[in-house]
Amino acid sequence: MAVEALKCKECSTEYPLEALYVCDKCFGPLEVAYDFSDLDAAETRRKIQAGPRSIWRYADFLPFERRPQTALDAGTTPLVKADRLAAELGIREVWVKNDAANPTHSFKDRVVNVALAKARELGYEVVACASTGNLANAVAAHSAAAGLESYVFIPADLEEQKILATGVYGANVVAVKGNYDDVNKLCTELSHDRPWAFVNVNVRPYYAEGSKTLGYEIAEQLGFELPDRVVAPIASGSLFTKIARGFEEWVEVGLLQGETPAFNGAQAEGCSPVAHAYGEGWDICKPVKPDTIAKSLAIGNPADGPYALELARRSGGGIDSVTDDEIRQGIGLLARTTGIFTETAGGVTTATLRKLAERGDIDSDERVVLVITGEGLKTLDAVRGTFDVTTVEPSVESFESHVALAT
Amino acid sequence: MPPVAITVKIPTQLRAVTAGEGETTIEDAGTVGEVLDGLYERYDGLRERIAEDGDLRRFVNVYVGGEDIRFLDGLETAVEDGDEVTILPAVAGGS
Repeated sequence: MAVEALKCKECSTEYPLEALYVCDKCFGPLEVAYDFSDLDAAETRRKIQAGPRSIWRYADFLPFERRPQTALDAGTTPLVKADRLAAELGIREVWVKNDAANPTHSFKDRVVNVALAKARELGYEVVACASTGNLANAVAAHSAAAGLESYVFIPADLEEQKILATGVYGANVVAVKGNYDDVNKLCTELSHDRPWAFVNVNVRPYYAEGSKTLGYEIAEQLGFELPDRVVAPIASGSLFTKIARGFEEWVEVGLLQGETPAFNGAQAEGCSPVAHAYGEGWDICKPVKPDTIAKSLAIGNPADGPYALELARRSGGGIDSVTDDEIRQGIGLLARTTGIFTETAGGVTTATLRKLAERGDIDSDERVVLVITGEGLKTLDAVRGTFDVTTVEPSVESFESHVALAT
Repeated sequence: MPPVAITVKIPTQLRAVTAGEGETTIEDAGTVGEVLDGLYERYDGLRERIAEDGDLRRFVNVYVGGEDIRFLDGLETAVEDGDEVTILPAVAGGS
């Protein structure tokens, strides 16, 4: 295994592989550092293809000395060629990475799979998180499967579906009167003095590594090739940057050839600190108070904002924002053309793809991957009232008088 | 005028330079910047960890009464007797 240390992304100071996430010297974020120089591309590829049908087929690229024992695994979700969506948008080739097809129906199963394995390795018995919902579901489920106690902190105004799909696993659900940034601040303070593994606080460097597996999977499912463009949502910016990191590690090892694809980030206009900073040419984000139906993206103070900006610029991509109406239309567009029902975050991403296509930002020969991170059944309010239901008597006459037949 | 006292909450990552203290009090400060100056004077090595070129480093969040000072007046944000200033790393989170 290639994992070496934790390393500060700002000043490169190294730390041991423990529950640390902030550099003592400069407050920069810590990230897992690897040495892949011993990996042979052909042998690694064979090992991946013979590996388990989960994120653990990429164990050589995850922060463990040896593959951990886990009770519930994420990954190997479908990459679907979306020809009808591509045709509607006038793009040659669109692939939808449907990460709603994970155990708790979002990409958060990947990060929690890794974070919990590391938490157990480090000896933690209690797991916690600050969440906008999807992470809450995943932490609750994976903790239950592993037999660990969990505390899940959510904003009190969260969608009911996401609260129900957390409590059912036996988690301690704590609704905080405030927005996600308030929840996050509380968890950061609580993490100082409690022997708990907060997946997105004190074990965040490991948690974030789980998102790389989305990049590995996309590349493997494309036959070990890179796409030309990736359109993905931005909340904290961690997923967005880690998909690129996944690609770049594989290029380094020789599993992939070519340049980093153009990375286009998607935000909701009602919470678009990264898109705003991108538009203004800033290197850092000014925090905002979120107001959007895309609650899973409602992080007003994005931790990885500066890195998301840097990636969008250096890869020739960009970061856009879309309105709540465009989000609803995006959910409908994806559903109508692919049969995939996504939550509001996926509506943001699909609407952003449409915006890019309409603006002419996508070349005619491009292969584009749309990253769909969550399930439509978790945000049903977003589609309520967007279509009509015809009610009839149980008779042929009634049906024929009410429904205009498509013959 | 009675003396002004501001409570400051210190995160784990800075406790190496505060001799383990998680909370302290700064007196006679009128702004967040002055509170921080008071801390820098008291704790050797604190300034370079969270500040750079007279401003806070980009991964440091400071709150007054729970509100991020970037929603207030930044380092110029006024503080009053009894206010609580919290310093936290900015790198947590991810929905």
